[in-house]
Amino acid sequence: MIEKALQGSKGYWTWIACLLAVIAIGGMFYVQQWNYGLGVTGMSRDVSWGLYISQFTFLVGVAAGGLMLVLPYYLHNYKEFGRITILGEFMAIAAIIMCLMFIIADLGQPMRALNVLLYPTPQSMLFWDMVVLNGYLALNLVCGWAILHSEYKGVKYANWVKPFIYLSIPWAISIHTVTAFLYAGLPGRDYWLTAILAPRFLASAFAAGPALLLIIALIIERNTLFRVGQVAKDKLVTIISYAAIINFFFLACEFFSAYYSQYPSKMYTKDYLFFGLEKDGNIFNNLVPYMQASVVIGVIGIAMIFYARSRKSDILLGISCALIFLSLWIDKGLGMVLGGFVPNPMGQVTQYYPSIQELGITAAVWATGFLVVTLLYKVAISVKLEKEL
Amino acid sequence: MKKDRRDFLKLAGCAAVAGVGSSTAFHSLLRGEAEAAGLKRAGTKKDKSGTRLGMVIDIQKFIDNRDLAQRCIRVCHQIHNVPDFGNPKDEIKWLWTDRFEHVFVKDTHYRQAQHLQGMPVLSLCNHCDNPPCVRACPTKATFKKDDGVVGMDYHRCIGCRFCMAACPYGARSFNWRDPRGMDEHGRSFISEINPEYPARTMGVVEKCNFCTERLAVGKIPACVEEAAAAEAMFFGDLNDPDSEVSRVLREKFTIQRRPSLGTYPSVFYII
Ligand code: SF4
Ligand code: SF4
Repeated sequence: MIEKALQGSKGYWTWIACLLAVIAIGGMFYVQQWNYGLGVTGMSRDVSWGLYISQFTFLVGVAAGGLMLVLPYYLHNYKEFGRITILGEFMAIAAIIMCLMFIIADLGQPMRALNVLLYPTPQSMLFWDMVVLNGYLALNLVCGWAILHSEYKGVKYANWVKPFIYLSIPWAISIHTVTAFLYAGLPGRDYWLTAILAPRFLASAFAAGPALLLIIALIIERNTLFRVGQVAKDKLVTIISYAAIINFFFLACEFFSAYYSQYPSKMYTKDYLFFGLEKDGNIFNNLVPYMQASVVIGVIGIAMIFYARSRKSDILLGISCALIFLSLWIDKGLGMVLGGFVPNPMGQVTQYYPSIQELGITAAVWATGFLVVTLLYKVAISVKLEKEL
Repeated sequence: MKKDRRDFLKLAGCAAVAGVGSSTAFHSLLRGEAEAAGLKRAGTKKDKSGTRLGMVIDIQKFIDNRDLAQRCIRVCHQIHNVPDFGNPKDEIKWLWTDRFEHVFVKDTHYRQAQHLQGMPVLSLCNHCDNPPCVRACPTKATFKKDDGVVGMDYHRCIGCRFCMAACPYGARSFNWRDPRGMDEHGRSFISEINPEYPARTMGVVEKCNFCTERLAVGKIPACVEEAAAAEAMFFGDLNDPDSEVSRVLREKFTIQRRPSLGTYPSVFYII
């Protein structure tokens, strides 16, 4: 089965080569970070988490988003998703791998990472996050591979897989809930200290994950004989758009609480992210253009995705998914984590700008994720096409 | 598979995940105290037995003795091998001064007493009685000792910086680079290494330890000793009614940093 990943067109190999090049460059930057320390990044005493942890947080969402394909198929027996469910599971695998890589990239002492297991600390949410993330990775590896293998053999998957599939459904919710709990349980970080953080994480995940998947599926459709199917596409549009709308509704709730109550510490970070925060005569607003763009792009994306469905246009569908994905990425993969550190506990503002090394390493981790997705999807699609044609 | 068996499995899956998360998490959540403003949550009792070391800082005395704060900081950083990188991005500090209105963040307070504005106030780890940093740490590299001191194991810390996000006082610093190195002009970040105390490695977090190594041999914290002549700092067991800190706390009006967060800081300030 694995050999399918080794047979491809020229375009396929060019794509792989590009990804490997990005990974190699990032690897060089990582060597630099390894030798010099995390000082090569833009992080500081005040903004002590940066791009790595924000990407990690976003990608946990992408992994959990695969649930929106798995759940209708296995729990509601929604047959139309039969062809893409495996893509959801494989995307989750790639996303979790990226998550773990980002965590390792962010650790000051990566060689000691196993201390989390050697000295298990159940009161720490990070401990639980490690448990659920690795568990989810294992579940998806087992389920995805077992199902694909049986498809390859032309038989129905074995019964022992079923409990794992059902377990993976609540587990997907748990990974993003626990990740939200990393933030939502810290006194004094008012932007994060909100009960709606976990629900909002889930809503944005259920839009971003399927959106990314649909984009990739459309690209595969263009290049192979694989077809998602119009009914499945329409259903995905429903899922993505509703989840995205719920995410924006939750955001609006956050705004209401902060600005109607006029509670200062609830307003500071939102001011900083969306309007610019004034402090001793200085305006701090380096993230404002992005966050405002996130809202605008998101709204356009949602409007467009409905139009795309009515026109049955794959191009428009792809673009609107890309817009929604970008909007949610800015919101969660940038503003959510960085904003939480502004203002600092002394009411002061330090603005964060990622360094070139940080950007390079981040790109390399993403490239690794795409590489994993490419290889896994190549195998999955080849198997499917072989059986169907 | 039969329908009902499938349903059962679905349920079992949900229950397993819910069960794993809830019991331990809830226990640690419930262990927090809800005693703010004298209110007590039913069923919880704040343990007043045992030692809880604490500190009182008299801001006025530091205003009267202008160089005292710097002297305290110097001796602390010297004996603890705290590096000086010479820039705010890499900065590591255990004890430092900040403006009064930053240490006691003023959100809406209008026309605060003039003489306090811009006054340098000593800040350090509060050795909170209910420390969020300890709760956050995934390896117990940050832990609370029996005497109430929040300590650190620099050899266990993985450098995840979760504790920095959790501390609402900015008391923690991270070694963004090798503290034992030197800058491009050949200046060592630690001017003179004190062999009595471990110098840290790159990639770990550190903070004030209430001079736990001095307490172990019967001394008081170095900063308190430095400030003793000016009677600007007091140290001792908050749970012992006869200790000096308890006496000062009884007699003087003191405040804590951000008490509404439920961290129960053990550092108090006389205005
Ligand atoms: S001040 Fe910060 S570092 Fe010190 S015990 Fe409290 S939360 Fe922990
Ligand atoms: S950085 Fe070190 S001390 Fe802080 S939470 Fe992580 S392991 Fe614990």
